[in-house]
Amino acid sequence: MSLLPLIIIMLLTLGSAAAAMMLRNLIHSALLLILSWAGIAAFYLWAGAEFVAFAQVLVYVGAVSMVVLFAVLLTRRSRVDPEVPAPAMKRLFLAVFPAALIAGLLIGAVLGAFPETAPQPAPELSVKTIGLSLMGPQTASLLVIGILLTVALLGAIVIASPEKPENKP
Amino acid sequence: MSPLALCLIFSSALFCIGLAGALARSNAILVLLGIELMLNAANLNFIAFWRYGPTHASSTGVMFVIFAIALAAAETAVGLALVIAVYRHQKNIRLQEASTLKG
Repeated sequence: MSLLPLIIIMLLTLGSAAAAMMLRNLIHSALLLILSWAGIAAFYLWAGAEFVAFAQVLVYVGAVSMVVLFAVLLTRRSRVDPEVPAPAMKRLFLAVFPAALIAGLLIGAVLGAFPETAPQPAPELSVKTIGLSLMGPQTASLLVIGILLTVALLGAIVIASPEKPENKP
Repeated sequence: MSPLALCLIFSSALFCIGLAGALARSNAILVLLGIELMLNAANLNFIAFWRYGPTHASSTGVMFVIFAIALAAAETAVGLALVIAVYRHQKNIRLQEASTLKG
């Protein structure tokens, strides 16, 4: 199989993620991150995990991006585009140096550990199999995730709501 | 280079971009987004090993990613609610200035 689509997806995702982390305009950062999440969904499609790809599109590109954009708009102080000051040089160095070190270590380890292998057929996984697995062996985790999502979203509402209701009837 | 190695390099690079962003930026929303990028990089690893790993018949990797996506959604909601709560108290979401959580 040709690796060209993977390389294109990789460059798109990494480029938009790096640009999002470097830009000073918060809204541009959020929009570039949406592009990056869409690139990750494209990677899932390329790898043959269609269900995960659509879950990624629904959750990240659809929902999380909206929540992030709302948070950006709710926490800005003026009507102009929210610009954040660039980080100080010392802080930038202390962040980029360990990240580059870890990247070097990880990539070196990966290059040393996985030699060229024969191409393998893609594993077959239909949505029906996923559904049967979710309803069969994974039922407990599905229920726990449901309860956790409910509790987390209720908690988010409680945390974000104002403490004193202002206009009581 | 094998596809598995390329996928793992992809996720390593994405993880480190997220790490650098989370450490360097002082805006709370950007720190949260850096953490999201790191979570996504971990999910990429699960899918890569599911696709190219030695055991083919199982769907464990896909299941794990689905649950991780649900957890990440909950985490984002709570994190952004905390950001909004901090903004309400301090009128600012710079992390250096949010050094006290006293209401």
